[in-house]
Amino acid sequence: MATARCLRSVAARPALQFRPKPQFPLSTIQHRNASSKHPKGFEPPTYADLAELRERVQEFTRREIPEEVAAKTDKSNSFPNEMWQKLGDAGFLGMTADEDVGGLAMGYQAHCVVMEEISRASGSIGLSYAAHSQLCVNQLQLNGNPEQKQKFLPGLIAGTSVGALAMSESGAGSDVVSMRTTAKAVDGGYVLNGTKMWITNGPDADVVVVYAKTEPDKGSKGITAFIVQKEFEGFSCARKLDKMGMRGSNTGELVFDGVFVPKENVLGEINRGVKVLMEGLDLERLVLSAGPLGIMQAAMDVTLPFTHQRKQFGTPIAHNQLVQGKLADMYTKLQAARSYTYDTARKVDEMGQIRTQDCAGAIMYAAERATECSLDCIQLLGGMGYVEEMPASRLLRDAKLYEIGAGTTEIRKIVIGRAFNKEYSSYAS
Amino acid sequence: MAALRILVPVKRVIDYAVKPRVNKAQTAIETSGVKHSMNPFDELSIEESVRIREKKSYPHGVDEIIAFSIGPPKSVDTLRTAMAMGADRSIFVETKEGEEVEPLAVGKVIRELVKREGINLVVCGKQSIDDDAGQTGQIVAGLMGWGAATQASKVSFGEKGVEVEKEVDGGTETVRSQLPMVITTDLRLNEPRYASLPNIMKAKKKKIDKISAEELGVSLERRLKTLKVIEPPPRQGGGKVDDVDGMIAKLKELGAI
Repeated sequence: MATARCLRSVAARPALQFRPKPQFPLSTIQHRNASSKHPKGFEPPTYADLAELRERVQEFTRREIPEEVAAKTDKSNSFPNEMWQKLGDAGFLGMTADEDVGGLAMGYQAHCVVMEEISRASGSIGLSYAAHSQLCVNQLQLNGNPEQKQKFLPGLIAGTSVGALAMSESGAGSDVVSMRTTAKAVDGGYVLNGTKMWITNGPDADVVVVYAKTEPDKGSKGITAFIVQKEFEGFSCARKLDKMGMRGSNTGELVFDGVFVPKENVLGEINRGVKVLMEGLDLERLVLSAGPLGIMQAAMDVTLPFTHQRKQFGTPIAHNQLVQGKLADMYTKLQAARSYTYDTARKVDEMGQIRTQDCAGAIMYAAERATECSLDCIQLLGGMGYVEEMPASRLLRDAKLYEIGAGTTEIRKIVIGRAFNKEYSSYAS
Repeated sequence: MAALRILVPVKRVIDYAVKPRVNKAQTAIETSGVKHSMNPFDELSIEESVRIREKKSYPHGVDEIIAFSIGPPKSVDTLRTAMAMGADRSIFVETKEGEEVEPLAVGKVIRELVKREGINLVVCGKQSIDDDAGQTGQIVAGLMGWGAATQASKVSFGEKGVEVEKEVDGGTETVRSQLPMVITTDLRLNEPRYASLPNIMKAKKKKIDKISAEELGVSLERRLKTLKVIEPPPRQGGGKVDDVDGMIAKLKELGAI
């Protein structure tokens, strides 16, 4: 996604900012009621449940995504397509979805755990995983009508079809509302024209959630979400992008050349696409923030054994204070970022609070720390960090994406700043 | 002929990827805070049992697959994994943390369970990767007076009985036996599935019956006493010789010939 749908619109934000003014600025926080964000009968998992889940995912990754698979995915820049079936069989693709369509209804903490552990094994497989399970599956879970859920979710959750979300365009990244893809009403549906850029899973996707302008003059109030299926005529992937990192998480440019979409494939209400977009936005940032956590953990996994094994001047380099200092910095950055993500996710699961500023904050913080940690990893590995024999350079290249995709760091700061501006709006007058 | 009633003994051991460390007092291996999982050979046993059922390779079918474990309280996790992989229910004999049970006592516990549950096939790992005793399967067969096919790499059911290909040095050996019997599993037998999340959820509803060794009339008292546990000495690097003469000279020098 990321690069994918990414760069989210700041301009679009005001559309959802209709909240009562806070009376006690410090205790009231910007949040949406999350009861509607969980499947029926959802019960927050306990700490023990989550710990068990983590072990299960580790069991999966060490069998199915060992270092050789991660390295090959990176080098070949192509996603191992049999992985979808494996992820589906393991039950990972519908963490937040209804049980009657094959989901697990375990909530967002659980989704973060899976995302973190898969990203720990391979950043790019993790990114594609989230584009599928969060951006597509959870988007359909939250906004699809019962027929749409029954039609698309079982296949997506089983891993027999691949999902993506298409929002960004080459000229509409952070300013997503300036998108130019149009959807013209015709008999029985809509005809889509335009191109979408940086679409994670785009080259492989069977089901794509696409945003297009149904009322181009109405700005954010004229956008509608559609479910486009691969077999629709006029839909194609023009090219696969050659990226710096996240290689093997296939990213593409999608072309819609007079694609007819039947009206039963309209997702959410007509002209309310920005609502669909924004509804999922906070949760997407939250789930994605577990990606950089996994990359940081991977950096520790590489760095700690290496620095304790490698001897110079007759002693392991990890026994030098400057190296100890770096290890301590890496570790505390990881732990602090992890606490932030899981605390934010726990509030969603247990209290139904989706704190916009914390969803943006968690991914902003984790993403920047992940780049720092992977740079430290390279430094501590010395020459071995600079060659492709070790995964250090891949970690850095993968980590950097999270400062750009799903909203840049700069956009995230605006989001957080705006939350304060809103809270303290009464002081400005 | 009756359907198969399979008992699969499983053991919770230190994970195969963990490097074991000897504790400070040199009395045992450090186990606290160390990742544990199911003994890999036991995964093969569960997998094989489930495949016998799924592939209907035994003509009279599989009536029940029961997982069994004896060990500290956390062994319950291992039983849950076994049930998530396909065992129908579990029997658990709990021991105190740190209490090691010898193969003979385990064998006697299994003997009692085999009698109680009307088991006609015991499928167990050829050894556990912690103490590597490699005795339990054979002891069970001995106590019951059953046949035992050890280190199985292939199991098939024919008209004349159960055929098992065994891993032996330099190849395989095929043996045939009649039920009831014991089979111990080796690495090439199959590739165990991992427990998927939906199956783990379902496994939580499966039953684990707890029973004590006393109730079964078995004493877990140890016959062996561990005096000291030490790490193996670090490997001494070898040397290279240029030719046969060099090798002979070296062997003479070492007093080997």
